[in-house]
Amino acid sequence: MKFRMTFPLLTILCWGLVALLAGILPLEPDRINLEKVLVPPDWQSWLGYDDLGRAIVDRLVMGARTSLLVAICVVFISAVFGTLLGILAGSIGGRWDQCFVIILDIFMAFPGILLAIALAGLLGPGILNAVIALSIVGWVGFARLARAQTLSIKHREHIMAAHALGMRGWRIGRQHILPLITAPLIVEATFAVAATVIAEASLSFLGLGVQAPAASWGSMIREGTRYMLVAPHMVLAPGIAICVVVLSINLLGDQFRDRIDVRQLKPLS
Amino acid sequence: MLNYLVKRIFTAVIVILGVSTAVFLLIHVVPGDPIQAMLGETALPGNIEAIRIALGLDLPIHQQWLEFMRGLLRFDLGESLYSRRAVAEIIYERLGPTAVLAFASLVIAMLIAFPLGILAAICKNTIWDSLAMSFSILGVAIPNFWMGPVLILVFSIGLGWLPVSGHESISSLVLPALTLGTALAAILSRMIRSALLEVLNEDYIIAARARGLSTLHILLQHALPNAALPVITVLGMQFGNLLAGAVITETIFSWPGIGQLTIESIQRRDYPVVQACVLLISITYVFINLVTDLCYGMVDPRVRVEQ
Repeated sequence: MKFRMTFPLLTILCWGLVALLAGILPLEPDRINLEKVLVPPDWQSWLGYDDLGRAIVDRLVMGARTSLLVAICVVFISAVFGTLLGILAGSIGGRWDQCFVIILDIFMAFPGILLAIALAGLLGPGILNAVIALSIVGWVGFARLARAQTLSIKHREHIMAAHALGMRGWRIGRQHILPLITAPLIVEATFAVAATVIAEASLSFLGLGVQAPAASWGSMIREGTRYMLVAPHMVLAPGIAICVVVLSINLLGDQFRDRIDVRQLKPLS
Repeated sequence: MLNYLVKRIFTAVIVILGVSTAVFLLIHVVPGDPIQAMLGETALPGNIEAIRIALGLDLPIHQQWLEFMRGLLRFDLGESLYSRRAVAEIIYERLGPTAVLAFASLVIAMLIAFPLGILAAICKNTIWDSLAMSFSILGVAIPNFWMGPVLILVFSIGLGWLPVSGHESISSLVLPALTLGTALAAILSRMIRSALLEVLNEDYIIAARARGLSTLHILLQHALPNAALPVITVLGMQFGNLLAGAVITETIFSWPGIGQLTIESIQRRDYPVVQACVLLISITYVFINLVTDLCYGMVDPRVRVEQ
């Protein structure tokens, strides 16, 4: 296998493993040790300690769990709802479909994570509200893609045949449309995971995601910015973690996309 | 063409109407009583009632919506709950800094993206191409709330060249604009590369080469204008990300724009200001996309004919 495939796969595997094992490993992410406040990395603790003397390695592992958990929840909810609605609108067509497109346009008029920031801010900080806010924003991409793909295949012969045989709409959707549009949706989901990791970290950075003392890579960077003069390691470690994970997922998404070669897909940022 | 124009503007108006309604509904997603949430547990019932009436939250919802829309048409966005000043006035003060930052980021993004994208396309499959595209992939993966602190670490704390925050001088604009601009440059350079590659294979480019024109001439006169359309589309779409990114970047650098105001207002639970900020950013985004769409015809005569 090429480096472009092994590097992202290994990184994502590591991320998943660390996140899964976070509950079992003997970690003390919340243990305050005032003797170790802002101690830089050394041989005993790889990444040093933060402003409360908590080990940054331990908090990084907990942050990995937070980001994986949020990413999986958000992408799952968005993909299920978005795909369902997209297929529905695409196969019904007509007025309903036009209304649906306008609703999609309205959601897409809120740039980037602005709507998520506003929603998370108004719902109140917390990881659950962050998941809700990001899902409300996230389904749109899936819906748009699922609708467009459904429109492009709904006049194929096997689907007409299924209609002629009197098959019910939802069964046609599940058995004849969904399997044909899964590949581009998987590519979309891969990029959505990367986007969600950054979005969750952004919300936590702004203080709208996970709440102290729970750790998120975003909140770790936020805490670190106050001590940048004396302890730059507080900012560097979680930032590099985010970059490596997001980079790997994007590389993997690129590979997927090249394999299925769907030209109309746009890269998520 | 006229048909297309009318249709496109009509859609934009409907979307703006929908966006306004969504923003109006935002205050209704606050769990429980938004006024109670704002004033805290110890609020007196009399105060809660007074603010409810001031915000018009005691009216039935359709009437609230009508009032909100009527206000919008008069640029009356209500009153800040925090400073008791008119929201429009507060927003107006913050517009300038955000516009300056957005413009500077756009310029930086283009200054980075065009040379990189062109270099990558001309030197396809060489080390230059790989380097340029590595920058692009990396630039997308680096979040701006990390890029900002790292730039501060290097240029302000390490080298002492630029100020950490504030907006007094041009030098304090450099780091925030660089933070926002590089993210956009990453996406843009990739787009420029692929748009150019597609064009460079066309017959008229080969013909131009056969006529002995210089590479620079071919690029500027024949390739770039034809590659402009997808690049402009991406630029328009990414401008929204730039505006959303400004919310975070302005917070990092204490840049007194709309983005910082949004976060401050969220923290103060100053709902009318949050609504106004979100509305303003979104409408700007819709407007810019409309303008980009309408620009197509100007940039590319083929579009005029097709439409």
